[in-house]
Amino acid sequence: MFKYLPHTEADIKEMLAVIGVQRLDDLFQEIPNDLLGKDLNIPPSHSELEIYQRFNELAAKNKVLIPFVGAGAYDHYTPSVIRHLIERQEFLTAYTPYQPEISQGTLQYIFEYQSLICELTGMDVSNASMYDGATATAEAMMMAANAKNRKKVLISKTVNPNIIKVVETYAKYRDIEVGIVDEIDGITSLEDFKQQNDTENACLIVQNPNFYGIIEDYNGYREILDETKGLFIMNSDPSTLAVLKTPAEYGVDIACGDAQTLGVPLSFGGPYIGYLATTTKLMRKMPGRICGVTTDSEGKRAFVLTLQAREQHIRREKANSNICSNQSLLALFVTIYLSIMGEKGLKEAQMNSVNATHYLCESLTKLPTFRLAYNREYFKDVAIQTTLDPNIIDQALFEHGFLGPLQFGKFDETKKDVLLFSATEKRTKAEIDRLVEVLEAL
Amino acid sequence: MSKIVKGLYYTNTHEWVKVENGFAYIGITDYAQESLGEIVFVELPEEDDSVEAGIEFSAIESVKAASDILSPITGIVVVVNDDLEDSPELINEDPYENWIIKVEMEDASELNKLLSAEEYEEICE
Amino acid sequence: MFYDSLIFEISTKDRVGYSLPISPFAKHEFAEQLLRSTKAMLPQVSELEAVRHYTNVSTKNFGVEKGFYPLGSCTMKYNPKINQDIAGMSGFNLHPYQQTSSVQGVLEIYYETQRILSELSGLDTFSLNPYAGAHGELVGLMIMKKYHLDRKDFKRTKIIVPDSAHGTNPASASVAGFTSVEVKSNLDGTVNLKDLKDVLNDEIAGIMLTNPNTTGIFEKDILEISRLVHEAGGLLYYDGANLNPILGLARPGDMGFDIMHINLHKTFSTPHGGGGPGSGPVGVAKHLVKYLPSPVVKQKDSVYYIEDQNDTSIGQVTHFYGNIGVVIKAYTYLLTVGKENMANIGRYSVLNANYIKESLKSDYLLPIKGICKHEFVFDGLIDKSHHVTTLDVAKRLLDYDVHPPTIYFPLVFKESLMIEPTEAESKATIDNFIQVMKTVAEEARTNPDLVKGAPYNTVVKRLDEAKAARNPIVKYRDLL
Repeated sequence: MFKYLPHTEADIKEMLAVIGVQRLDDLFQEIPNDLLGKDLNIPPSHSELEIYQRFNELAAKNKVLIPFVGAGAYDHYTPSVIRHLIERQEFLTAYTPYQPEISQGTLQYIFEYQSLICELTGMDVSNASMYDGATATAEAMMMAANAKNRKKVLISKTVNPNIIKVVETYAKYRDIEVGIVDEIDGITSLEDFKQQNDTENACLIVQNPNFYGIIEDYNGYREILDETKGLFIMNSDPSTLAVLKTPAEYGVDIACGDAQTLGVPLSFGGPYIGYLATTTKLMRKMPGRICGVTTDSEGKRAFVLTLQAREQHIRREKANSNICSNQSLLALFVTIYLSIMGEKGLKEAQMNSVNATHYLCESLTKLPTFRLAYNREYFKDVAIQTTLDPNIIDQALFEHGFLGPLQFGKFDETKKDVLLFSATEKRTKAEIDRLVEVLEAL
Repeated sequence: MSKIVKGLYYTNTHEWVKVENGFAYIGITDYAQESLGEIVFVELPEEDDSVEAGIEFSAIESVKAASDILSPITGIVVVVNDDLEDSPELINEDPYENWIIKVEMEDASELNKLLSAEEYEEICE
Repeated sequence: MFYDSLIFEISTKDRVGYSLPISPFAKHEFAEQLLRSTKAMLPQVSELEAVRHYTNVSTKNFGVEKGFYPLGSCTMKYNPKINQDIAGMSGFNLHPYQQTSSVQGVLEIYYETQRILSELSGLDTFSLNPYAGAHGELVGLMIMKKYHLDRKDFKRTKIIVPDSAHGTNPASASVAGFTSVEVKSNLDGTVNLKDLKDVLNDEIAGIMLTNPNTTGIFEKDILEISRLVHEAGGLLYYDGANLNPILGLARPGDMGFDIMHINLHKTFSTPHGGGGPGSGPVGVAKHLVKYLPSPVVKQKDSVYYIEDQNDTSIGQVTHFYGNIGVVIKAYTYLLTVGKENMANIGRYSVLNANYIKESLKSDYLLPIKGICKHEFVFDGLIDKSHHVTTLDVAKRLLDYDVHPPTIYFPLVFKESLMIEPTEAESKATIDNFIQVMKTVAEEARTNPDLVKGAPYNTVVKRLDEAKAARNPIVKYRDLL
């Protein structure tokens, strides 16, 4: 017997008799013999104690570093209550709320999540979540191409290069052409955008704050896109929107990004959560699930999945997207995070991160070996130029238990001397001072 | 048994055409609205859009289904039934009264290729 | 009801639920034009209010730990507690930009999981990158497309999808830039070989199948199907949604499939989370390995590293490395089950399904007779004279604390009721379910209005779904 399999010999015998066969193998007679009975090289069954031994061993092979990098994954604080609540079996072990009468829990938090995303972005409607910020941006790109029936899109070079790559992958298989709008001194080049934009172009995708942490001012972009009837897509870290001008205030059509920054643990890159929000006008072109309000037969307020005719299980090959499973539990995570933090707490955590990053930058650029790469307003990532070898920096910080900055050289040959640092509200003054000391000694 | 109105032209994809003063009014049949169930949204084309026989010009969504609506004839949309934007359920209430678009036909002889009420009735059986 | 409020409705000005240290740093000020002009309206609640709110919200849900959850095609098995504890270990909470030398433990998990999935599926190499089943399908179809394009075979723009396939199959084909060609099933739910031959030509890039298919029937002609598709120059894609019944018994790779995905949240017990996160690793046969998206983790001299194959792969499809937290849970499960028990998962899931099918076929219409695999489909009640539909039956089950089966899918039957019990359920649980189903069938005969009016014991009754779709209210502000 095995703990996850309750069948006793007697059960099996009785059940086989009802089915009318002799042996368990009789249930597999239609499978060609050649396919059966392979000897598999897989590990033996582990008891719970052995599982702990094995994973303690594996965890010991990792070294958890104190991150001084963000670039799409930020070490923000997670309030304790969240894990306890999301691990309640009612949330954790349910699936898609197709039976609303017994899924009001999931549906209600999706509705609250949608409301919160709309509050942060200023948009009219949010879906119930996407996989991550990069795929959410790719979905936004496809949504624009479909809505406009155009085969060309533009994306600013100041967008995180990993996001650009994912957008390019999705576009390539749909024969959508991706044009890169050049940057100028750390921000999107308005001139280059104007030059490349035309009536063939479905949308412009920008990021704010951009990959370099710089807060761009996108005033005027909406009007330019209106001339060619193109859509405006903005990828934002939603945590920054407690402070910064919202996508809606810039006249954006689709807001998207990664909500990992709303307290989701680093977890080596996933699970995170993509969000996607849009205008009422484009609501029916949106991918993914949407929860709405209705009443039950007794007039009581209730929640239900709605506008489902857009989705794969009904529309099949004509669906807006193929997304089915999403990151629902992370939507709950984000919802509880925002409820605990409130507007005040979110802003405080973000401004503490901003202040820590500015202190880090100011301390570092006092050294002769470092200078600010772009003289512009930045949020919680900052691009710093160095005369030192980036790999030596990386190694020295590693030896002191720190995860050093992202090296731009990985994405752009011309920026081998530029590093992207970040500090969140979790970084103490002592940690930052220590980091600067280590780098001063190089 | 779903209702079929005499004197209209029909398609085997459950659209109808009514010709009045040389214009074609296009809608979906009672059979179609019944199989879709409660209609929640009608995606409407715009005036001056051209429609082509056999090609979709609209999509109708119900709670649990969605269906493309094919134009029975070729022409230019002259009027769109805007009432359907806010009250898509009108199609459920009376599918023959609530047309979707009014079209200026390019070639009225296309009507000859469509089904009569009697022929359409056979399809629905 | 006090606890039916939204979190926004219990918000009170100035109340807080958080605490942060006093920041020692100078305060930075941004220029006015960069700032938002109005405050976001976020909840203001104390910690207890938040905890009590979400605890009460949770009680309106039905999870696997509450009761039987035979949702067809979703494999709602038990989600072991230890998986949660392991995935939550602080040693795995790493920044994705950490150097590979500092994440050898997590890379070993990645590598070992890749290897075990290969062994179980008979495919050469896996990438654990895709976030969900549909994401895996998309990646697999991109691989298919790139394979044909690399051979300068530009005509192959079509994917064959059976009419019984999951909706994600044709939708993924569209997202990958293919058009779908539907083939009709035989009466027993299997692929019609004649129809298949008719549609096979030099425009077909491949076929997407799940085996057993969505009616729970194993494609006994799978080797012939595989031969036909390959001879026509196409590839075979295996939708892993239905892998559970053949786990440890038969392998898609041996059947001739070139590409497949596995749903870790179905077959390998990771929790469904109310709709995600899942994980949909993609495996491929040897000749397609170079197309897999990064990362593929390799090992040399006991050191694990990430192979960069961006030049030949389909391209990047995730920001980082996929849902690692989910992968850790699946690896925990694989080690717990181990070689000794693996094949029994398939055996007992099939035993449970057939036992239910045989016990209920006198009350519910069984369109496909004979042995099924892990799931099967009834076409509603046998006695339809009282007009009690599958929807009515499903709603009545709610009153008996049973999660309804999947309804109105697959589309090949009008009143589909698709039952998948999984191996984790005991005979006692299943006997109770059979009893409940018989009771509902009896009620449908003797008191049909009772069934049509169900549910009665749930927190809300039947909903007006048309109202929600006609006039969408999709956020709290819409209610103000």
